[in-house]
Amino acid sequence: MTTASKTPFTPSRRAVLAGGVGLTLAFAFQADDGQAQTATPAAGRLNAYVTITPDGTITIMAPAPEMGQATNTTLPLILAEELDADWSRVKIVTAPIADAFNHPVFRSQFVVASLTTRAYWMPIRTAGAQARRVLLDAVAARWNVPVAELTTEPSVVVHAASNRRIGYGDVAAFATAPATLPEIKPTDLKPVAAFRLIGKDVARWDVPGKSTGKATYAIDQRIPGMVYGVMARAPVMGATARSHNGDDLKKRPGVTHVLPLTGGIAIVAERVEQALAARAALKVEWKTAAGSTYDSRKGLEAFQAAARNPASTAVVGRKTGEAEDALKTAAKVVSGEYSTDYVAHAQMEPLNALASVTADSVEIWVGTQWPTRVRDDAAKIAGVTPDKVKVTMLPMGGGFGRRAHTEYANEAVEVSKAVGKPVKLLNTREDDMANSHVRPMTAHRIDVGLDASGKVTGWKHRIAADLVVPNLYGMARLEAQKGVDHIVMAHADVPYYDIPHHLADHVYQDMGVRTAAWRGIGAGPNAFAVEAMIDELARNAGQDPLAFRLALLKDARAKAVVQAAADMAEWSRKRDGAALGIAFSRLGVPQLGESMSAVVAETAIDAASGRITVRKLWCAADVGLPIQPRNIVQQVQGSLIWGLSSTLKEQASFRNGAIEQSNYTDYPVMRMSEMPAIEVKILRSGDIPMPVGELGLGAVTPAISNAVAALTGKRLRNAPFTAVRVKAALA
Amino acid sequence: MTTLTINGRKHDVSAAPDTALLWVLREHLGLTGSKYGCGIAACGACTVHVDGQAMRSCALPISGLVGKAITTIEGLPGGDTHPLTKAWVAKQAPQCGYCQSGQIMQAAALLAAKPKPTRDEIIQHMDGNICRCGSYPQIISAIERASKGA
Repeated sequence: MTTASKTPFTPSRRAVLAGGVGLTLAFAFQADDGQAQTATPAAGRLNAYVTITPDGTITIMAPAPEMGQATNTTLPLILAEELDADWSRVKIVTAPIADAFNHPVFRSQFVVASLTTRAYWMPIRTAGAQARRVLLDAVAARWNVPVAELTTEPSVVVHAASNRRIGYGDVAAFATAPATLPEIKPTDLKPVAAFRLIGKDVARWDVPGKSTGKATYAIDQRIPGMVYGVMARAPVMGATARSHNGDDLKKRPGVTHVLPLTGGIAIVAERVEQALAARAALKVEWKTAAGSTYDSRKGLEAFQAAARNPASTAVVGRKTGEAEDALKTAAKVVSGEYSTDYVAHAQMEPLNALASVTADSVEIWVGTQWPTRVRDDAAKIAGVTPDKVKVTMLPMGGGFGRRAHTEYANEAVEVSKAVGKPVKLLNTREDDMANSHVRPMTAHRIDVGLDASGKVTGWKHRIAADLVVPNLYGMARLEAQKGVDHIVMAHADVPYYDIPHHLADHVYQDMGVRTAAWRGIGAGPNAFAVEAMIDELARNAGQDPLAFRLALLKDARAKAVVQAAADMAEWSRKRDGAALGIAFSRLGVPQLGESMSAVVAETAIDAASGRITVRKLWCAADVGLPIQPRNIVQQVQGSLIWGLSSTLKEQASFRNGAIEQSNYTDYPVMRMSEMPAIEVKILRSGDIPMPVGELGLGAVTPAISNAVAALTGKRLRNAPFTAVRVKAALA
Repeated sequence: MTTLTINGRKHDVSAAPDTALLWVLREHLGLTGSKYGCGIAACGACTVHVDGQAMRSCALPISGLVGKAITTIEGLPGGDTHPLTKAWVAKQAPQCGYCQSGQIMQAAALLAAKPKPTRDEIIQHMDGNICRCGSYPQIISAIERASKGA
């Protein structure tokens, strides 16, 4: 995360739309809302545009990339709340790429870590309140009344004393923004109890388009003069072509270019079917690269050995107290080992981008989590300044962390520049999979020290895993973080448990594999290890895992979600042929506050086939202040299904450095018939919205492992829980 | 030249006969509601109707489609007022939304053949359509809603 110094609350600039047809306001804000519980929140700047036209239409810019998480409804909704806008008159427009719309923490238009709503929360509320105040001041001046006597109803300014009312559109017709915009203090904001949009289920603005085929994704974009490119992917990161049959391909009708690039070979043709046919006919001999000998089956054993070995060189990622000392003096040490395999995003829309490069400008249509980076990289590739690059943010057909990487947009720019025409650059599903940027494979060893009374005194968690930060942000970032890969290490700490001495460290396993943030990041592997270990401690102590957790948890919110999930599932009721497992996970960063979740999985197992059936998942989710409850339930449900898919099905493997899977046939993901019943309950715990988009995910794998332990007495330690592994564990 | 009948209109298409219908729809005719997901009829994002049957357009060469009635999401009768579209909006089914055209076309073929399917029949019929966001519960409830004419 990029941190920033505090900037004072200052109005940046103002503008009145040409011709006086309406009022446009632009703002700059201090992002620090002063409400974070601990430490100093990172601060940044945000400008939000509100345009009101005399017909009463209120246009609100949606600044964040949309990948299904609904922030393009949520953020304008929050602004509209403070503006006291009539929501039926609000028009949402996707913002351009400009500093004014930067994420207040990342200082870039960038969607990761489920931090969009949380970070924009106070700035965008303030933007709405300031716009409202400008309207009130204009009416006060025109009616010659004290502004304090004015109130608002949805899109109407009211002066009760004289029984006068005027609509926002009518105000916009004469109002001009002052040279200095009014200052808005947190105490000027609407009381949470007065919210009439926040907390209600407002329909998402993008749903009608997505329910009619009319929504335009990058892959749907077409412009005149456009040609088609298809990327053939190098099987191993960094491998380039030694030889290829490009000269033969160029004899085919319509095929104009065969271009070796850093990540593979681009084939360009006039028509899409010509490019795809040429891709199928491409023959390449690839050079070897650093990862070319990698076999992930052997890798898993090596990772496990590295995690187990006290002498491994490891980077300390999370530390409280002196865990090593506590383990040395412990009356008893309990250990657990776990692993997770590589998993791929396999988002439904294969990566693609449309780029048009001219001598002095670039235009890109793309679905990306990081449009600012797309713009800046495109400027470098094309040799222009960033202001000459126009990026149109289109909805993503799935992001999940994969589209935080932007190489596919860069390639489109490279190819368009080489060809001199607009190019839509596609990846076939097979090439998209060949270029998978996987979640690291992980092996875990946890040693827990207990005193004579059985109390936990120390906890050491050693993780052997690939790195992500160098692939996403570069090696300099890893060095700046003193080697701590925060994506790998997320959720390896245990702050909500009463564990006085804790250490989590990372044994680097640099296998030359392309890696990425993957929904939930470290929570997937690490919460599995931590929460399965807690369950093992409970069983070792002969205690009920729920009671053990509640006793060990010291945080009231954490206890509440665990108890709520247990209550939802009727924890003490015995199941016929199945058992319950429970686990806790959280989401967020301590500086900005965390959301919390607990999951109970009712799980059955067929010993003969090794098949696990999850009958039902219950999830209690403490999200702070729920903005759009129905959407939150759907996002959490999506996280649970995502977690379930990686627990039961998804498994990517590498041989000779190349991923072995190529499509949904050999990389199966959750299908409708495999869905358990799911019940999500939202708990409200405050007046700040906490992260949602990945909440619950980390608790799924351990909840199932813990349920199987309850049912069979055997521990599933290696995810995914394939039939082969289940049978081996039961044997 | 291949003549295809799509959403009630005839189109003369200049593409190799083995070209998959999906690419003709999307890139030749601009009917981009049908999505490319897998290219091998494994995900359902490209689902269209051929003579009323739900088919994967990514794996259908145009040479075999002459004289057949092809319907895409753009040609779904009633458009925005189709019961499935209304139900999809009412249930707020889409998240990223990319798979949803295919889901709706698959569901439309079911309801045409069987207006009141059971939940199990819905799941069985829809099982070839992947949603990576996990909107399955909303898809099921939207189909149930549409089947009740709500």
